Amino acid sequence: MLRKVLYVDLSKNDSWAEERQELFEKWMGGTGVSIRLLLEECPAGIDPLSPEAPIILAIGPLNGVFPVATKSVATFKSPLTGELGESYAGGRLHMAMRFAGHEAIVIRGKAEQPSYISISDDEIKIKDATSIWGVDAQTTGIILRERETGVGRRSIIRIGPAGENLVRYAGVVVDTYRHFGRLGLGAAFGSKNLKALVISGTETAEIPDARRYREVYNRLYNIAVQTDVMEKYHDIGTSVNINVLNWLKGLPTNNFQLSSFSEAEKISGEMFADNYLFRRLSCAGCPIGCVHIAALKSAFSAHHEFEVRKVSYDYEPIYSLGSNLGVNTGEGVLRLIDICERTGLDVMSAGVVLSWATEAYERDLITPQETLGVPLQWNNVDGYVKALENIVKAPNEFYSALAKGVEFASARYGGREFAMALGGNEVSGYHTGPASIVGQLVGVRHSHLDNAGYSIDQKAAKKPMDSETMVDEIIKEDNSRGVFNSLVGCLFARGVYTEENIIDSLGAVGIARTKDDLQELGKRIFDEKYKFKVREGFDLSTARVPRRFYETVSALGKVAPETVEEMLTIYRKKRGWS
Amino acid sequence: MGKSKEARNTDITASSEIKAADEKDAAQRPRKRRRLKVAHPERCIGCLGCMFACSRIHTGQASLQDSAIKVQTQGGIEGDFRIVVCRGCENPPCVRACPAGALERKPDGGVVFHRDLCTACGKCEEACLIGAISLGKEGKPIKCMHCGACVAFCPHGVLTLEEVPA
Repeated sequence: MLRKVLYVDLSKNDSWAEERQELFEKWMGGTGVSIRLLLEECPAGIDPLSPEAPIILAIGPLNGVFPVATKSVATFKSPLTGELGESYAGGRLHMAMRFAGHEAIVIRGKAEQPSYISISDDEIKIKDATSIWGVDAQTTGIILRERETGVGRRSIIRIGPAGENLVRYAGVVVDTYRHFGRLGLGAAFGSKNLKALVISGTETAEIPDARRYREVYNRLYNIAVQTDVMEKYHDIGTSVNINVLNWLKGLPTNNFQLSSFSEAEKISGEMFADNYLFRRLSCAGCPIGCVHIAALKSAFSAHHEFEVRKVSYDYEPIYSLGSNLGVNTGEGVLRLIDICERTGLDVMSAGVVLSWATEAYERDLITPQETLGVPLQWNNVDGYVKALENIVKAPNEFYSALAKGVEFASARYGGREFAMALGGNEVSGYHTGPASIVGQLVGVRHSHLDNAGYSIDQKAAKKPMDSETMVDEIIKEDNSRGVFNSLVGCLFARGVYTEENIIDSLGAVGIARTKDDLQELGKRIFDEKYKFKVREGFDLSTARVPRRFYETVSALGKVAPETVEEMLTIYRKKRGWS
Repeated sequence: MGKSKEARNTDITASSEIKAADEKDAAQRPRKRRRLKVAHPERCIGCLGCMFACSRIHTGQASLQDSAIKVQTQGGIEGDFRIVVCRGCENPPCVRACPAGALERKPDGGVVFHRDLCTACGKCEEACLIGAISLGKEGKPIKCMHCGACVAFCPHGVLTLEEVPA
């Protein structure tokens, strides 16, 4: 097993690898190793867009070796929230890092001019990217594919103009259809003059016991394809949840003014599957193929001339650019996703920023002068397309504020009570109840995937749960996901990787761990992350919950502020915080 | 289990060792040579399960390089996948090109690789027009044995094992 860290210093135009056996032994890999590296590398209180702020990419011991362990993790100081930045992407990066022999990559400094990093096994080069600065993320991929080696076994991650222009929620596009979407990794790339990173390799991941390896592999593969633990991702995909959450009254609509959308059927996963889906793709090493690609065919003249755009879709973008903006057509949703793909914006933050702006415009908090005449109205897709382009270009103070996120924009223009962010991060598509709110608020990266509060609420809808039980569930997920994200597994496959299967698969690659070891590791990783968060100014006791959460009926009825307060008190107590 | 699930090839219980054993039997029974066929390349989702299966089952390691089957991209994952693997030619150019007799055509049409005879000259790689032979770390060919290990790990039935009449 390779146990080293690759350092790339863009300021010094230099790179080197260091053996870090102890680091990997103690912190496993993925997010565990990354948070330690972040604490080592990132000076306290530094501007997230300064050269001193590092970017860390990492995989774990199972990536490229076992099925459905298909993610990689990026860790940085978030330009959006000013504290922990952590984002996960599928695609092929985990595989390329594994076979290039780099389990963790630390990127330091700032290149003198636009550059990209090219890694082929041990050969690391920092190359000129001036001629592709300003080029959209999709075309950047097309250009680099021609210039670089490793067809079929490489990964190309890149930013679009949003990252270059430091939009605080710009993402990094990974192999076209996957993303390090959240918390502004794209802006961190842009601040370093870093347009892209291309990586491929030809190494072998050596396995100590081949027989054991095949046996565990077959077991995990069978669970993934023969049981129903991953079925929903296989068929309709995550967007199956549009109808489900709509029925439950948990689908945020018109900036969370409603929790069900009367026209949800028109943007449902079933509708997309029937009318737009033309292809499904997999991340390397996953037999499920949950990446759903729509063909958006539109006429550009009256003479049967068409353009076809291939757009990947999922539940979250349909929520953020669909129901939450009142957009009621598949074409409208796909057009908006496509703009985000090309410019390199995080779809979730972008949608929530627009939904706040629409409501603020409706309430005359912002004027047509400020929007430069762009009508920000529910379901006005043309207006939203222009607004997204303006967010990337930031032609005036208003769009420049939108580019800094909803927390910043609402502090400047008002409408705090309906600025839908938790911990400074624009919220995900669930108004399911108190566990979703508390989960995102306390979560290490303020994501629904930190502890799946939305899922706890849905369990509570079937069988009532008291506040303490909900908090216990949140803590359990907080900790166990720290372990899973150190491996770095796909969360859709968490049903495959039971504690026992994690222990067996680690054992097959020569890493002996017990249940207790893993639980202790999960707790330790969580604490390290909070160490960084608190150091950078996050304070749970003053964290803001937008009033809108308490006004709109959720899947569990109206959420009382007292319930959230009570859960936070219990949470702090159980975490041992005063 | 849904309809789509039934259509997927999930028969991995009969995989690896058993299939390899079948392959040996097949070699002894000339009339039943089996050959890997890329039946439905357009159904490929790019999971690379076949490549991982090939190296895992034949070398016991996780590797893309050591796989005899390659899933190539054409214009990244936005484009169509191209599956490159030995098609079991009736008159194999790789055998004709080998100066050392390391690649031998059996009466049933199957090609056997004698590793000990191979001089790592690379002529077989050059001779294969479809690019189905790649050279491993020692410069010796990584050649498909038509064992079917990859077939069992293709979730979409892209690959099949067909019987070739002698």
